[in-house]
Amino acid sequence: MRNLAANMLLAALSSFALAGGAAAQGKIVGVSWSNFQEERWKTDEAAIKAAIASADGKYISADAQSSAQKQLADIESLIAQGANALIVLAQDSSAIAPAVQKAVDEGIPVVGYDRLIENPSAFYITFDNREVGRMQARAVFAARPSGNYAFIKGSSADPNADFLFAGQMDVLKPALDAGKIKNVGETYTDGWLPANAQKNMEQILTKTNNKVDAVVASNDGTAGGAIAALAAQGLAGSVPVSGQDGDHAALNRIAFGTQTVSVWKDARELGKRAAQVALLLAAGMKMSDVPGVVKFSGGPKKVEMNSLFLTPIPITKDNLGVVIEAGWIKKDEVCQGVKPGMIKVCG
Amino acid sequence: MVGALLLIWIAFHVLSGGLFLTPRNLWNLSVQAAPVAIMATGMALVIIARNIDLSIGSMLGFLGMIMGVIQADLLPKLFGFEHPATWILALCTGLALGVVIGALQGFVIAYLGLPSFIVTLGGLLVWRGAAWWVTSGQTVAPLDSRFRLMGGGTEGSIGAAWSWAAGLAACVALILAQAHARARRRKFHFPLRPMAAEIFLSGIGCLLILGAVAVADAYPWPIGSVRRYAEANHIALPAGGLFIAHGIAVPVLMAIGIGVAMTFLATRTRFGRYVYAIGGNREAVELAGVDARWVIMKLFMLMGLLAGIGGAVSIARLNAATNAEGTFAELLVISAAVIGGTSLAGGVGTVAGAMLGAVLMQSLQSGMVLLGVDTPLQNIVVGVVLVLAVLIDTFYRRRTQKA
Repeated sequence: MRNLAANMLLAALSSFALAGGAAAQGKIVGVSWSNFQEERWKTDEAAIKAAIASADGKYISADAQSSAQKQLADIESLIAQGANALIVLAQDSSAIAPAVQKAVDEGIPVVGYDRLIENPSAFYITFDNREVGRMQARAVFAARPSGNYAFIKGSSADPNADFLFAGQMDVLKPALDAGKIKNVGETYTDGWLPANAQKNMEQILTKTNNKVDAVVASNDGTAGGAIAALAAQGLAGSVPVSGQDGDHAALNRIAFGTQTVSVWKDARELGKRAAQVALLLAAGMKMSDVPGVVKFSGGPKKVEMNSLFLTPIPITKDNLGVVIEAGWIKKDEVCQGVKPGMIKVCG
Repeated sequence: MVGALLLIWIAFHVLSGGLFLTPRNLWNLSVQAAPVAIMATGMALVIIARNIDLSIGSMLGFLGMIMGVIQADLLPKLFGFEHPATWILALCTGLALGVVIGALQGFVIAYLGLPSFIVTLGGLLVWRGAAWWVTSGQTVAPLDSRFRLMGGGTEGSIGAAWSWAAGLAACVALILAQAHARARRRKFHFPLRPMAAEIFLSGIGCLLILGAVAVADAYPWPIGSVRRYAEANHIALPAGGLFIAHGIAVPVLMAIGIGVAMTFLATRTRFGRYVYAIGGNREAVELAGVDARWVIMKLFMLMGLLAGIGGAVSIARLNAATNAEGTFAELLVISAAVIGGTSLAGGVGTVAGAMLGAVLMQSLQSGMVLLGVDTPLQNIVVGVVLVLAVLIDTFYRRRTQKA
């Protein structure tokens, strides 16, 4: 049902973008990246470029190299280069405010990309992180509706870690309160490092004498660490584990059966939609008229903003085909080392 | 040092309600500490020679990525998945590359005369970036099953019989070493310990070794692995389950072997003596005709090799190579060396101390997770302990010097 709705929305939007394409012709879209240290932003960039190119727009960009100060200068430079719309992946969501204000003052629309920029005149596009947490919990809960749960949370320095955990609790709270499931260990993972997740999981297993029935891990890296710890106790595959990001290694683990779910946020989808929104806004559309727009005021300062939330897709062994068909990963990568007959996708 | 470690262990044991000093936790602890301990042996020598290597965490990540890609991506395309030669080829390439990187950094430090702090700080950034470039940040998994033995786990342990054999061999070696040392002291007319004291010391040493083996052997395979093993070998599983001991884990065995080799290198070879001498007074050493630059370069090559081994153990343990592997490992390794009594002023320190330092750091971290202490607080405690350890060490040294 949700997929159907999303598809319809997508169809509506793309026809819209085509119509708007004529007006958006020749528009310059400036993108300010926070850092290129992560694999995924390159994927996003390619999608944004492609979407802008298909509307005959021009793509200009700057990389702030993880410096909030450099990003301020970057945005000013993008404005100076004549950008008609800005897409900003904020390094620091508060420190970015003056630059965003400057762009808004000059009448240049700003799209906050993936990370929240709390400015009422900015547009916000992201995947719903709390929903990611809910999907993780839902998949694990479906596989193991009772017993001892361990929670491998993200980095304590990353607000997303808490959004995810809040989402997980949305789903599991009733069962926790009813005593059907028990929280036997809950740790942050310093720096989201898999090796730290592994050590923490080992200690939780030691503490509970292996009496862990399910693990809710917040991303695929920490899931990998937790699964390595479970494997050392011969438990990998019998204990459901969640994750997110659609890491190639994680998708392979899903084919193996050692990981239950990886919530997949298609970065190319996010990039494409952000570019389309930026082009529409550059062509003069009002933010509140963007198709699919919702009002969001769940940020720390409770500022009401026009936002677009994309729905992530939980990838389990039953729908591994989705990521292969989308060209995200090749079939032999998913199926590496998987014995024939174990899982449908791999034959 | 040993006293502090025992104190921490007993405190955690009491606070965690008897969970800390169990075979299982001690076994885990030994595996968790292995990569840092391996690298700390080299870091101790680097610091003793009045240098520093800040790049090893990033090198570990980069070399881990290279070894991961070779065994999970390149070699399977040539020979197919799970070929028996895969693990050794991947490991050797990684170690060789580690030596090359170490040589490169060592050359700039020793022959071009740049401070090691700057060169390896550059390395910290360069190799972390390089680790990302190898696969554009993608995690590489799963790894070759033989390679994974280096990471420990049920398969990566040598079992009860071999553990006892290793323990006994270590005992014999210890006694022979002591007899040899005594014979040499007699030859040079040095004062000798009374025979009873020698026997007592050997006895204590052997007891500790065999005690450690007994602990490793007291940790049975988890029921899931036993069941799989029984199925694979067509053994009917008895009602009470099978007791299969883990024994000593492969990475721990590697760490101990490396520790012994490095101790020998530091105390019994010319290279080792030069390292201490350079740390004491480099100018005097050079005036005495020693090629100090070549010694320093070799030292960094050694460090690169150890970073490669540390990387192999880390990725084998995780069964995946990630580009963030080993982040902050340089700080852990330097802390381990310093807590273990290595002086940043150079010339003073031991390999064994650095390894104990690694165990102490890991004890603190694992213990606090057992108690459910969250990471920010863990970092605070570890930081405070680091400074305290060095402070106590400094006071102690000052007092013994006066006396």
